[in-house]
Amino acid sequence: MSMIRYYLRRYFSSFMFILCAFSVVIALIPLFLIFYHTVSLGISAVNVDFFTKLPKPVGESGGGLANAIIGTLILVGIGSCISLPIGIFAGIFLSEYGNNFVGQIVRFLTDVLSGIPSIVAGVVAYTLIVIPMKHFSAYAGGVALGILMIPTVTRTTEEMLKLVPTSLREAALALGISRWKMTLRIVLRTALPGVVTGILLSIARAAGETAPLLFTALNNRFWHTSLNQPIASLTVFIYNYGVSPFEEWVQQAWGGALVLIVMILLVNIGMRTITLNRMKGNQ
Amino acid sequence: MDLSLRTKRLSRNRNLGDSIFYVITLFFALLILVLVVVMFYEMYRSSTLTREKFGFGFFLHSVWDPVLDEYGALPFIYGTVVSTALAVILAVPLSLGIAIFLSEVAPGWLEQPLSFFVELLAAIPSIVYGLWGFFVMVPWLRTSFQPWLSEHWNFLPFFEGPPYGIGMLAAGFILAIMILPIIASISRDVLRAVPRTQYEAALALGATRWQATRIALSYGRSGILGAIILGIGRALGETMAVTMVIGNRPTISISLFEPGYTMASVLANEFTEATSEMYISALIEIALVLFVITLIINSIARLLLWSMTRNSKDVRL
Repeated sequence: MSMIRYYLRRYFSSFMFILCAFSVVIALIPLFLIFYHTVSLGISAVNVDFFTKLPKPVGESGGGLANAIIGTLILVGIGSCISLPIGIFAGIFLSEYGNNFVGQIVRFLTDVLSGIPSIVAGVVAYTLIVIPMKHFSAYAGGVALGILMIPTVTRTTEEMLKLVPTSLREAALALGISRWKMTLRIVLRTALPGVVTGILLSIARAAGETAPLLFTALNNRFWHTSLNQPIASLTVFIYNYGVSPFEEWVQQAWGGALVLIVMILLVNIGMRTITLNRMKGNQ
Repeated sequence: MDLSLRTKRLSRNRNLGDSIFYVITLFFALLILVLVVVMFYEMYRSSTLTREKFGFGFFLHSVWDPVLDEYGALPFIYGTVVSTALAVILAVPLSLGIAIFLSEVAPGWLEQPLSFFVELLAAIPSIVYGLWGFFVMVPWLRTSFQPWLSEHWNFLPFFEGPPYGIGMLAAGFILAIMILPIIASISRDVLRAVPRTQYEAALALGATRWQATRIALSYGRSGILGAIILGIGRALGETMAVTMVIGNRPTISISLFEPGYTMASVLANEFTEATSEMYISALIEIALVLFVITLIINSIARLLLWSMTRNSKDVRL
C-alpha cells in the first residue's frame, strides 16, 4: 500500500514537471508566431522606398515612412535630452549616496513610476504642454517619452554602477582622488558599457511606445520643419495604417512592425551579452 | 556601507567639489519625486470640471454621451477589470509553470535561451501585439476557438452571442500573453532566492521534487504575489494592444464574446476627438484614476517583492 502511494507521488511529481515544461512551450508559441507573421508579412514592405520616401495618399501605390522614422528619432531624441540627465544623475545618487531614507524613497518611486501606464504619461504631457500651447507638438510627445524613459535609465544606471567592485573605489580613494572624480572617472567609466546599453534599452522601449504619442505628437504626413508642430512617428503610423481598410497601408504597417522588432531584438541581445559578461567578470 | 559614511564625513570638511557633486545628484534624484507629484497635480487640476459636476457618481454611471455632456465611467471600469481578471486567470498558472521549469528543472544550457525568449516577450512593443492580435489572433478566435467554445461550453453565460473574434476574450488573451513574461521572470527570481536548505530539508524528509517545489512556492509566496500584482498593474494600463482587439464599445455584458471598452483604450480613442472642456476633463479624470490605481498596485507589489528579497538575504547570511 505504501509502495503504491510512493509511486503515485513519484508519478504525480513527474506529471507536474511535464506540465511546467508544457507551459513554457505554450508561452513560446505566441512569441514565434509574432516573429513569423511580422517577418513574413512585413518583409515585402521593407525596401529602399520605405526608408526614403514620404507616405503616399490613398490610392497611390508605393511611398514609404521615412518621415515617420525620422519623427520617431526626433521624439526619442527629445525624450533622451529630458530623461538621460535626470536618470543618470539620479542613478549615481542611488548607487553612491543612496543607502539611506531618501535613497529608499527615490528608488521606490522610480520602481513604481516604471509601472505607470504609458498613456498616463501622454495625458500628463497633454495637460502640461498641449493645453497651454493650444496645439499638438513634437515637444509634447518628447516629454511624454522622457517621463517613460526616466525609470529605466535610473535603475539600470544604479545597477550597473553597483556592479563596479568596491576595491576599485577604495583603490581610487586611497590614491587621493576626490570622491566625485572617483565616481565620474573610475566608477562611471568602468560601468559605461552597461550604462549605455541601459540607455539603449530605454530608447528602444520609448521608440516602441504608441499610446503616449497619440494625442501629444499626433501625426503628420509630410517632412517636419519645426518641433513646434505635430510630428509623425513610426508607431502611430503602424496604428493608423494597421486599422485602415487599405491593403497596402496594412502591409506598410507590418513593415514598420518588422523594423521595430529587429531594433528591439538587437538592443536586447546587446544588453544580455553585456550583463552576462559583467556577471562573469565579477565572479 | 562603512566606506561611504567615512568618506562623506571627510569630504564635507575637505572638498567643495564633492559637496557640489552630491547636491547635483541629490537634485536630480529628488526631481523624480517631484515628477510623481506634478503628474498627480496636473491631472487632478485638469479634471476639476467633471469632479465637481459628477462627484463619485462618475464611477457608478454607465452613460457616456459626449453630445449631452453626460459622463459615467462604469463601462470602462468594468471592461478594464474583466479583461485584466481574464488575463490574470490565464497567465498565472502558465507563468508559475514557466518559473518552476526555469528555476528547478531546466539545465543551464536550456535555461539561458528560454529565459531570454520569455523576456523577449516582454520587450515586444504593445503596438506589435495589437497588430498581431488584430490580424492573426482575432481571425483564429472567430473561425476556430469561439465556435468551439459556444458549441461545447454554451451552458456558461460567458460564451453567448455570435463569435465576432474582436471582444473581451481577445483582449484577455492578448493581455495574458503580455503579462506572462513579467510574472514568469520575477517568480523565477523569487524561486531562485528561496534557500536551498528548504528543498534539502523537504527532500530529506522523503518529499518528492514536486512536493519540495511546493514548499519553495509557499516560502516565496509574498514575492510571487508581488509578481502577480505587478502583472495586474501592467494589464490595467495596457493600451494599444487592447484598443485594437477589444471592439471599443461602452457596453456591460457578461458574455466574453461581446465587445467592451477599457479605461486606457477610451483615452487612446477619444482624446484627440474631445472638443468640449467637459469631455477632456472626463477623459483626464479617467487617466487620473488609472494613475492612482496603478500607483497603489505597484507600491503593494514592490513592497511585497522587497520584503521577499530582504528575507532571503537574512536567511542566506
